[in-house]
Amino acid sequence: MFALTLAGARAALRARQVSARELTDAYLGAIEALNPRLNAYITPTPELARRQADAADAALARGEAGPLAGIPLAIKDLFCTAGVRTTAGSRILAPFVPPYESTVTANLLRDGAVFLGKANLDEFAMGSSNMTSAFGPVTSPWTRTGDAAPLVPGGSSGGSAAAVAARLALGATATDTGGSIRQPASFCGVAGIKPTYGRCSRWGIVAFASSLDQAGPLARTVEDCAILLGSMAGHDPKDSTSADRPVPDFAAACRRGVRGLRIGVPREYRSDGMPPEIEALWQQGLAWLRAAGAETVDVSLPHTKYGLATYYIVAPAEASSNLARYDGVRFGARSEGGDLLEMYENTRAEGFGAEVRRRILIGTYVLSAGYYDAYYLRAQKVRALILRDFTEAFHNVDALLTPTAPSAAFPQGERMDDPVKMYLNDVFTVPASMSGIPGLSVPAGLDARGLPLGLQVLGKPFDEETVFAVGAALERAAGFAALPALRAGG
Amino acid sequence: MAYVIEGSTGAWEVVIGLEVHAQIISASKLFSGAATAFGAEPNTQVSFVDAAFPGMLPVINRVCVAQAVRTGLGLRAHINLVSRFDRKNYFYPDLPPGYQISQFAHPIVGAGVIEIELADGSTRSIGVTRLHMEQDAGKSLHDQHPGKSCIDLNRAGVALMEIVSEPDLRSPEEAGAYVRKLRSILRYLGTCDGNMEEGSLRADVNVSVRKHGEPYRTRCEVKNVNSIRFVMLAVEAEAMRQVAVWEAGGTVQQETRLFDSGRGVTRPMRSKEDAHDYRYFPDPDLFPLVLDEDWVEQLRRALPELPDEKRARFMRDYGLSAYDAGVLVAEQATALYFEAVARGRDAKQAANWVTGDLFATLNRSGRTIEDSPVSAASLGRMLDLVADGTINGRIAKDVFDAMAETGLAPDAIVQQRGLRQVTDTGAIDAAVAAVLAANPDKVAEFRGGKDKLFGFFVGQVMREMRGKGNPGLVNEALKQALT
Repeated sequence: MFALTLAGARAALRARQVSARELTDAYLGAIEALNPRLNAYITPTPELARRQADAADAALARGEAGPLAGIPLAIKDLFCTAGVRTTAGSRILAPFVPPYESTVTANLLRDGAVFLGKANLDEFAMGSSNMTSAFGPVTSPWTRTGDAAPLVPGGSSGGSAAAVAARLALGATATDTGGSIRQPASFCGVAGIKPTYGRCSRWGIVAFASSLDQAGPLARTVEDCAILLGSMAGHDPKDSTSADRPVPDFAAACRRGVRGLRIGVPREYRSDGMPPEIEALWQQGLAWLRAAGAETVDVSLPHTKYGLATYYIVAPAEASSNLARYDGVRFGARSEGGDLLEMYENTRAEGFGAEVRRRILIGTYVLSAGYYDAYYLRAQKVRALILRDFTEAFHNVDALLTPTAPSAAFPQGERMDDPVKMYLNDVFTVPASMSGIPGLSVPAGLDARGLPLGLQVLGKPFDEETVFAVGAALERAAGFAALPALRAGG
Repeated sequence: MAYVIEGSTGAWEVVIGLEVHAQIISASKLFSGAATAFGAEPNTQVSFVDAAFPGMLPVINRVCVAQAVRTGLGLRAHINLVSRFDRKNYFYPDLPPGYQISQFAHPIVGAGVIEIELADGSTRSIGVTRLHMEQDAGKSLHDQHPGKSCIDLNRAGVALMEIVSEPDLRSPEEAGAYVRKLRSILRYLGTCDGNMEEGSLRADVNVSVRKHGEPYRTRCEVKNVNSIRFVMLAVEAEAMRQVAVWEAGGTVQQETRLFDSGRGVTRPMRSKEDAHDYRYFPDPDLFPLVLDEDWVEQLRRALPELPDEKRARFMRDYGLSAYDAGVLVAEQATALYFEAVARGRDAKQAANWVTGDLFATLNRSGRTIEDSPVSAASLGRMLDLVADGTINGRIAKDVFDAMAETGLAPDAIVQQRGLRQVTDTGAIDAAVAAVLAANPDKVAEFRGGKDKLFGFFVGQVMREMRGKGNPGLVNEALKQALT
């Protein structure tokens, strides 16, 4: 049963070869068995899942099943879920039970999905390793060949990616602010897409950096991602930045092929320290696409080198403001104090972890009087140039191919003493976030130590269809079949 | 004569600029669907957006945007087709998100102008620098619990317009006239109810003083002044204070102050330790606000006639003085009432009745013109009765008072109380004869050349006739009888 992809499970459910309840029970059993080792879920919701599965079975029996009827999913604990604790991986929201359902999860429920539980993440989605969660780190189901050292699953959607990779869910919701879907997808050997900014509603998702945050799916295959995104996406009048455009048939786009497409190869992504095997995989990916009928051309994105620095000004600036609401007054955790100011200080000092505090301080600094022009304003100007780079490149090409991350997964605890080194994880994913364009990570190979590596397909704004077409072609060519040692049904 | 403060070192000129916060009339808040009614139970008009729950997002209320644009048009101001919302960051419990959404760098309305009218009949043009939209904060209640403050978020997120004037005002009277005129325009437009007691209109008053011909000196801001009278008193008190500081050899420090209306002085509000760095930046939850030029044009075409235009028309069409016209247009309801009375009648008479007896009656009874005991139709009809000779002018006063008291139509009152003017010459002659018979000595004096006594006889005859005699016929009859 665990061998089924989401698309496969959907077919089996419709053919009544398996019931939603059986599928859900199997996954709940797997969570019970493996979650203590992986810590991929903060809050499993077995009772809710079984109720939803029973409802899906009833709908399937009536022939009124939605497109995701009975499909068990992990929900990143950044999506507010009505009546289910939503922590954002933070102590400050540990007691928070939202009375409302985020638009994206409501869309999934509308289509019949089953929610297995809330997936672990870096605190407030700030991190690339899942080490900053107040609920403990997520352990990757992968290990290096001959080395049992626990690895990070990537972040911030590390719980979602680990759950999908270890088969503790058929798919998962995730969010991406600077790479938080694509980098963990690459580390965990699964597919994940950050759609165009505005494609999915942000309403009901705990905000990190509003101009960058975007929801997307993680799943075992590109097609599974396409199916999930089709349900998650859509215009939402409750989010002013949500795009009012129709949602195309993403799954159909996976079958388009790449014949005649022009694929750009941005030369600035060829960094000096890039491991040779990642460089080799990248070249392999280009060769696969050429073999499938695409043409590959060199392009230049000259402002790429400023992407990371710019991101680490804009994202903390927005975060410092977005996180001001966690003051212990109306919801979440409160630490008492002698007066109002002391209560604020105690609440926030005890409620936020070190990385969140660091980013709030950076953000407050870059917005403060006397520094705003030098940091925030200049970063916004560079951001416009980064977008212009992509816009100009897309005059000549239909999509771009790059590595997803500059390395494979690393051991837990590594890079913790050097935030800048940690931030370098996002070097290939951040420019697309800054530009709002869609980016898909596809598992394409293993490194020498048996760890998955992903390739990233970037596309034009609102042209996820081409991104899916290219990603699916890579997936077919790569035939990535490796599985982590730790997995359900293994 | 320009307003100056005479100090020991000479005359000081006062420079005043006003920032008026006007609550926009709208059923729901600026970025949420919660209601805005005044006086509701605490925390009953609060959405998750207003309370800044995780994941909640603002969505601009189109009605509020239209109201701001209409106000801008009413101030003859430039409408910025592209404006933007910024976040003003600071922590306070009545500000749930930790930031106020406001238009700092790119307001929706640019430069405009307000014509103010002064008691001596002169007018001045006062520059409006800008108008922007922003959210109101909630209310902190410090008197509900011994050790804690209570927060009411009903007002949190309610739409405000901040209307900033140039430092063009030069006296307390001008500052008062500015707020009065702005309030009048807002009420005409229906964009703010102008209710200062309920806080729908509040003024921050910026005051500095200088010697004639000098550049501006340091100003102080007196916050949250909530009546026109207090605006004028605050200007005066603050200006006097600053003059005293300068003349004592001191320096006025730029600071925020509060007006203590009980003691008639201003006092400092915040100390330097609390100086805020608001860290303004564009709100990433909202794209720039882009207005359609045709939509703005539609709003412009649908604007009501505003006080200045109405005043000019009243002067032109009804031949009113600038002063009378100004009084009549200050409130739209008054202007409407006046026009209903004046149309097809003697406009000057109508104006006199409205600004005289009607206003006096309303003042006495504490009622507004909207629920006046004498309707415009009744007052008009009464003027008709005077014009057609049914009643005389003196009786009209009694009829008016009776209408105010009973709410009855003038015809009914004239009928019931027998107030119809007497034009029967027989009755008049009889009354004249009776008066002359009763005052033989006065008759002799008159005939001896004391002409002034004629008025006395008229009064006596009218009294004899209980006021109802036709004044012309009474005069005629007396003249004949006395010669």
